[in-house]
Amino acid sequence: MLESKYQVLVGPEGYLPPAAASMGVTLPEKGQALVEGSIVSEEEAIEKIAQKILEAKNPFLFPGPLLLWDWKEGVAEKAKAVKELADLAGTRIIPMPDYRPKYPMINPAVEINPNHPNLTIWHNKIDFCLFIGVHCHYANVALKIIRGGTDCYTIALCGEAGHEDAMISLRDVGLAQLASLTEAVARLKGVAGK
Amino acid sequence: MNKSIFKITPCFEDIMPDEYKELVESDPFGKGLGVSQLGTYKELLEEHPLCAGCGLALSLRLILASLPNPEDTVIVGSTGCSALAFPQVALHNIHSVFGNQNAVASGLKRALKLRFPDKVKDVVVIAGDGATADIGLDMVMQSWFRCENITTIMLDNEAYANTGGQESGMSPQGTVLNMAPKGKKFPKISMPEIARESGCAYVAAISPAQPKRLEKMVRRAILTAREVGPSYVQIFSPCPTNYKFKPQEMVARIKQREKEGFFKSKEYITTEAQEYLAGLEEGKKDE
Ligand SMILES: Cc1ncc(C[n+]2csc(CCOP(=O)(O)OP(=O)(O)O)c2C)c(N)n1
Ligand SMILES: [Mg+2]
Repeated sequence: MLESKYQVLVGPEGYLPPAAASMGVTLPEKGQALVEGSIVSEEEAIEKIAQKILEAKNPFLFPGPLLLWDWKEGVAEKAKAVKELADLAGTRIIPMPDYRPKYPMINPAVEINPNHPNLTIWHNKIDFCLFIGVHCHYANVALKIIRGGTDCYTIALCGEAGHEDAMISLRDVGLAQLASLTEAVARLKGVAGK
Repeated sequence: MNKSIFKITPCFEDIMPDEYKELVESDPFGKGLGVSQLGTYKELLEEHPLCAGCGLALSLRLILASLPNPEDTVIVGSTGCSALAFPQVALHNIHSVFGNQNAVASGLKRALKLRFPDKVKDVVVIAGDGATADIGLDMVMQSWFRCENITTIMLDNEAYANTGGQESGMSPQGTVLNMAPKGKKFPKISMPEIARESGCAYVAAISPAQPKRLEKMVRRAILTAREVGPSYVQIFSPCPTNYKFKPQEMVARIKQREKEGFFKSKEYITTEAQEYLAGLEEGKKDE
């Protein structure tokens, strides 16, 4: 398979960056993940996310509606795992409760909207963000806008097939992957603390 | 709507913006609330970007408070000033291409009847005068001819407000606007009469200066559309920005127009709709 030369790197890449898919970046197979446009193993990507989270000056998690609303069995458990990760890694959380094109009425200190996610990133000076529980089509839009207009490093933890437009993306994320990520963060923190 | 999914995941309650928490805690869904209870529950229209004193904004608030069944209502909007407020509305709403709103609503209502045969789902079009009486008139009238079970509500600000003030068919004769400097050459279209003659079972004209009456008319229109046939409500909603009056004078402006005889609230009901509504309203008194 031809590997794309296009790298999904931290922005600002400029107004209307291309969709990474249109530049030849393909989604990972099961057990794999994407790091900056290249396919790697899931373990390698998890390790890289843990590093990036701990290096960041102002890291944030952006949980989406699939996680914020208690709409089916298993959501509360997953949310708890995400909260544990946030507490351990020292990241703050800003929610994306829905996708309405609220404009210009958002309070960027308390929410993020996929149609202008840059407002929240600029306002809070966020240099690392992690999307989880955001429906794929809106995650794609938001990730592209962030890469276009900000210097924020983006991660997408996806329950489906992953996201080319994030700098790092895992696929099929469930409790097991969240636990591995939390464990990696704990381990790296331990090493850093020695 | 399935209200059981309308719950915040416990560990995220502290980070949810207040407007969502308030909506979950004091929502109006399934409680039979109305205009008289405004202020005692979380309204379905959040902070919106419409101008101060916008008649359309007040009308929209009142319409949303008047819906008989908000949790199972889908609103179809169109391009124009109201389209700017719909993203702040906590109800299913669809934005259609300018003028297509009644065609979209017709298809939607038919699909909902097939998908939820045992449930009442109200489809309500809320669009501007330009969208309803000018550019979308074809789709509006054809939906009435076909006797679609939908309600059409026109927010009549007597102008194309969103595009900077052109005359619409609903502007009164002689109106001078930013982009109608020579004054309008023909009179306001008689939409309520057109609606009556085109198959609407219930037709009303009203303004937000009479909130209780507006509520009654919106409810009657929606109930009629469920069982009898299409319905139309025209709501006079003056625009301070394009008609250049002070925001706080909006309601006074309606009353002045009424006094001068240029605006009249009206109601046309077919015999069939009258009987149907009387049955419902009688039943309500017995409760
Ligand atoms: C197909 C199409 N034609 C024209 C326009 C331009 N347009 C946008 S808003 C508008 C006027 C809307 O007037 P009205 O329906 O009265 O709504 P208001 O803004 O006054 O509330 C027009 C002509 C458009 N968006 N789409
Ligand atoms: Mg108008």
